[in-house]
Amino acid sequence: MKNTRLVVALAGLAVFAGVPAIAQSKLNVMTTTEDLASIAREIGGDHISVDSMAKGYQDPHFVEAKPSFILKLQKADVLICVGRELEIGWLPPLIQQSRNGKIQVGAQGYLDASLGATILEIPSGNITRAMGDVHPLGNPHYWMDPENGKRIAKEIADKLSELRSGDSAFYQQQLTSFTTRLDAAERRWLAQMAPYKGTKMVTYHRSFPNLAERFGLDIVGYVEPRPGIPPTPQHTLDLINEMKRQNVKLVLVEPYFDMKTPMSIGRETGAQVLVMPPSVGGVKEVPDYFKLFDYDINLLIEAIKKSGAK
Amino acid sequence: MRTRSYPHGFSVAFQGSVCAWMVAAGLVFGGASVASAQDNPQALRQDIDQLRREFEALKQQYGDRLSALEAKLAATEGATPSPPSGQPAPGQPGTAPAPAGAESQTPAPVLGASIGNAKVFNPDMAVIGDFLGALGTNQMQPDPFGPGTHPNAMQLHESEAAFQAVVDPYARADFFISFGEEGVSVEEGFITLTSLPGGLLTRVGKMRAAFGKVNSLHNHVLPWADRPLVIGNLVGGEDGIDDAGISVARLIPNPWMFLEATGQVFRGDSGTDPNGNPLFQTTRRGELSYVGHLRGYQDISDNANIDLGFSYSRGHNGLSDGNVADPGSLVTQLYGIDATYRWKPLQRSIYHSFVGRTEWIWSRRDQPTGLQSGGGMYVSGDYQFARRWFAGARYDRSDRPDNAAALDTGGSFIITYWPSEFSQVRTQFRRTNYALGPSANELLFQFQFSIGAHGAHPF
Repeated sequence: MKNTRLVVALAGLAVFAGVPAIAQSKLNVMTTTEDLASIAREIGGDHISVDSMAKGYQDPHFVEAKPSFILKLQKADVLICVGRELEIGWLPPLIQQSRNGKIQVGAQGYLDASLGATILEIPSGNITRAMGDVHPLGNPHYWMDPENGKRIAKEIADKLSELRSGDSAFYQQQLTSFTTRLDAAERRWLAQMAPYKGTKMVTYHRSFPNLAERFGLDIVGYVEPRPGIPPTPQHTLDLINEMKRQNVKLVLVEPYFDMKTPMSIGRETGAQVLVMPPSVGGVKEVPDYFKLFDYDINLLIEAIKKSGAK
Repeated sequence: MRTRSYPHGFSVAFQGSVCAWMVAAGLVFGGASVASAQDNPQALRQDIDQLRREFEALKQQYGDRLSALEAKLAATEGATPSPPSGQPAPGQPGTAPAPAGAESQTPAPVLGASIGNAKVFNPDMAVIGDFLGALGTNQMQPDPFGPGTHPNAMQLHESEAAFQAVVDPYARADFFISFGEEGVSVEEGFITLTSLPGGLLTRVGKMRAAFGKVNSLHNHVLPWADRPLVIGNLVGGEDGIDDAGISVARLIPNPWMFLEATGQVFRGDSGTDPNGNPLFQTTRRGELSYVGHLRGYQDISDNANIDLGFSYSRGHNGLSDGNVADPGSLVTQLYGIDATYRWKPLQRSIYHSFVGRTEWIWSRRDQPTGLQSGGGMYVSGDYQFARRWFAGARYDRSDRPDNAAALDTGGSFIITYWPSEFSQVRTQFRRTNYALGPSANELLFQFQFSIGAHGAHPF
């Protein structure tokens, strides 16, 4: 009897002693997309555990608010989202049902990664839904520019440091290392792309304006007539004529869009149709943020060479 | 528009004062050199030329710096979502190209959303219109969408206004006001306490009860134009169990699945049965109604999941067993089981999906004539076969609440088209075989449209 009590007491002690140790061990970071998860991993290293909700090969605008995400959010210390209303259709109810005060919008554990980034296509003047599913706060696909990658990384490093001031030096050091490596990679990518500046192309959705701006690509049209509106025959015809007029030989399609219309555009114009991932995890060859640009830039260069587009 | 003209007024005034200062300085210094170089007009002229060149250079320099500043200002202004204005500002055409020019010089990072007015605290607002039409005859239920006052061909069935916002760091509030063609009702209006200790998600206000699946859903997220027969017969019809009360939901930790238990207490006034009588009716403060719900959810794969629910509800039905002291003593109890299977291939999630759903409901209704134990169910499937197209079918059967021996059955075929995320057109063919009257074949039409804030997609 006495022994049992002792064991119980010891077990109790162990549990209580264990709680602070566990709480201090690893920050539990949830991200909405795999891109943010990849950057968070670069900054947090083995000091944090990271999981992302949306898969890189799925349309980040239309993720289902599954209850299994609620369970993940319930345990999160930090929630990092892309922002700019990318997740407006699915994240708010998940946050609300998470029962986690730490990650509510505006709380310390909530991080909108777009706050330091350069945002393109911020609409001015009157915005109406006649323009399609337009994002009033600008184009949310801003991570497709390594410069913004650095800015996102800084936001994350600052947030992690804020939550774990004891680890601050580590996070800042990781940030420096990441930035240095990304700088080197960016110089390489810019050099690779330099001969192909001004190459004209068409994309399915407006997922690549930041990539185009950084690497000097010229996006002349979209397969979607308006953001979020599926292709219409008239628009497709107009696009084909425009592509022929301007001699456009590339069509980029995100992995989650139907290939039928892009393929027929390709047949009509002789353009190459590429499945180009705008996100980490979009294809299996892209497991992290560096590989995303490696893959996309190689894909582009090979296609440009093959098609003779310029 | 005041903010637009400000930088220009500012810059003009500033430039002006700079000029004045330069001229004054030129005169003073010029005066000094005039005195010293009086006897050498050649040197004087050189001095003046020198001064003029310096002045021009300085002017140029200031002008450049000012225009860079202006461009920066315009760029940051362009980043701010400007409120829609009726008349164009005179300064606007001139400033519009400035951000582009500024960007080519120095890509000024556009930081954060800086909306400098109190409107940011307005709730998110949306209005959803639900227009319904019906063809065919139905003698048993003249209003095709439940006991109501619209037996004829067309109705703007509901205009639902939604107001949603965060209250404070601990809570958010949601209001859904439902306007009929005549009359208004608060469909839901509640506060949600999001961060209570113990993981309790608490709602206080008027809300749709967590009994089964369909009862908790608003019209505009249903895959049909109407509600299933069993809901009309046994669970209070379109309004259903929708009452003022308190709801507490807690996740039950376990290593296997998402498990959530919900307990709700309501005043006890809800719903309408097919005879126009209330489902729950309270005659005393103590006669509350209760709802309990247990929900289990599990991902089968990345593409498929299953959702199960068990529900119980109990409330007074307003009927009396003859005891004068307690006129509303009789009770109705409801039991429910619901199951939903969802399939959505992640990589093609915007093009194809399937939702299969069934609910089984049993009712035990105490009446002065004795206990009526009836039951009913529906099973439905909805397949999305293209980005904008859905096809569905539903089978219905249900006893009538006051007469469990009378079994109504029915079935529907549904086609839905989404012109965009914000509008929807639907046609439904519905056949209903009534136990106590002639069968009805009806063709229902629905047109739904939403304006305002982008709401969450239903799950």
